[in-house]
Amino acid sequence: MNRSYAKDIATGLASLLTGMKVTMTTMLTKGHTVEWPREAAQVPLMFRGHIQLVANKDNGFAKCIACGACARACPSNCIEVKGAKPEGAKKKSPTFFMLDFTTCSLCGLCVESCPVVAITFSRDYALAGFELQPFAGMDLLKDVASPFVEERNDI
Amino acid sequence: MFDSQTAATYNLETVGDQENDFILNLGPQHPGTHGVLRVVLHMDGEYILSADPVLGYGHRMQEKIAETLTYTQVLPYMARMDYLSALSYNQAWVCLVEKMCGYEVPRRAEYIRVLTTELNRISSHFLWFGAFLLDLGAFTPFLHAFEDREKILDLLETLTGSRLTYCFFRFGGVGADVDSVFLKGAQDFVDHMRSHLASYHDLVTGNVIFQERTRDVGVILPFDTWGYGLTGPVLRGSGEKYDVRLREPYSIYPELDFEIPVEQTGDCLARYLVRLQEIEESLNIIEQTIAGMPEGPIRSKVPKIIKPPEGEATMSVETPRGELMIYAVSDGSKIPYRVKYRVPSFANLSIFSKMAKGQLLADALAVLGSLDLVIPEVDR
Ligand code: SF4
Ligand code: SF4
Repeated sequence: MNRSYAKDIATGLASLLTGMKVTMTTMLTKGHTVEWPREAAQVPLMFRGHIQLVANKDNGFAKCIACGACARACPSNCIEVKGAKPEGAKKKSPTFFMLDFTTCSLCGLCVESCPVVAITFSRDYALAGFELQPFAGMDLLKDVASPFVEERNDI
Repeated sequence: MFDSQTAATYNLETVGDQENDFILNLGPQHPGTHGVLRVVLHMDGEYILSADPVLGYGHRMQEKIAETLTYTQVLPYMARMDYLSALSYNQAWVCLVEKMCGYEVPRRAEYIRVLTTELNRISSHFLWFGAFLLDLGAFTPFLHAFEDREKILDLLETLTGSRLTYCFFRFGGVGADVDSVFLKGAQDFVDHMRSHLASYHDLVTGNVIFQERTRDVGVILPFDTWGYGLTGPVLRGSGEKYDVRLREPYSIYPELDFEIPVEQTGDCLARYLVRLQEIEESLNIIEQTIAGMPEGPIRSKVPKIIKPPEGEATMSVETPRGELMIYAVSDGSKIPYRVKYRVPSFANLSIFSKMAKGQLLADALAVLGSLDLVIPEVDR
């Protein structure tokens, strides 16, 4: 056994021990994971869940004026809006607001394009399921009140 | 030089002996290819006679899609090409359109852009670090790097709202303003990493097994680097000091003080060292942008419907993987006439056939890992 061989073994062993030291010290630190669903992680303010309609403070109706700007801005055509004027109102109100969340990329172009700030991102992060339908056809109007209650019951 | 090495590693008695040769498919579902890349390997025992990458499993016609959407609508697609450095892609596209239309960008927005892009660069390098060592058979560094990467993702999530596929930059600015909490978080991260990076070197760089696995493996000669169009850390590992941030400076990079790390040996170890040094340099850049963050608006006024004047433009940025160039032609309408992406991973992959020749299979995986490929970017 020549000397350089012995030296290689010594430096090799030293390097392994240094590495092990890092592993061992890390082992003594606290864990970094959150045991979801038993505990929930904090959702940041800017979090982008699926989009949702903003309700008007006075009457709880959707702020949306059914202008369709968001549907035009969306790169994946996942918004479908239809609207009509409720009796006596000046502005239109949506009768149909469907989001296809399966193709939504959460880019935020719809939120930015809305002239009356009628859509925001929700903070719902538990968006997983076994079926397609609840996500392919998300009826966003069901979370806000609507002046078209009877019509909507027919859908 | 490469071929003499090749000859030495072949078992000359059985080479060309058809009975002992076989074809091995690496991928498209293989953990070592990090995505749907398939490499057809012609093997002689453990040695590779030839390696042919087969591309296109993740082809999504990104360029064609861009020809059907408005300039604004193309923006979210940028993050889907290289999902590990979405902000660099964001930057390339917004800078390109700003160049075509002549929009001004406020100083504060430029600072935020550089700050977030560099954070993104570090997180990309961390992921590469973990994945590369996983390829070499080490599991601990992966968890080690992901712990720190998580800090960046959490930080960027509070600002941009997403963790990976950011769509944050806007024409003429950025989507949201940074607050003191974010800046403090970024500064804390820099301080933490400065001291913590030493443990990366303790854990991996000095490790004998790691050194044996990477030293003199997959050497890229400076001569080849230009022929194959290599960029990024792969190129800088072979001794070329080429970085778009230095050569064709954009944004506020000329005003910042940072080094471009270069290594001379061109092997896997050199590429590894370049990336780790780049993390340090990115920390420097981040610190400077935090310190120099000017007050002011974050978005200038740009028209709602963007119609660049007739003409063409190119824009290059340095992504963590190398030079990304976007070329766009406008015919004056709101939809691009033609968009072309020159992506770094595609060029960096092209040299793999040459490097894998004559290598052991396990070394070829180390080489593949050291190129830091993102397959959706190769295929786009
Ligand atoms: S976030 Fe983007 S993809 Fe999703 S609905 Fe809005 S515009 Fe469409
Ligand atoms: S852009 Fe706003 S107001 Fe117009 S349809 Fe969409 S949500 Fe309603």
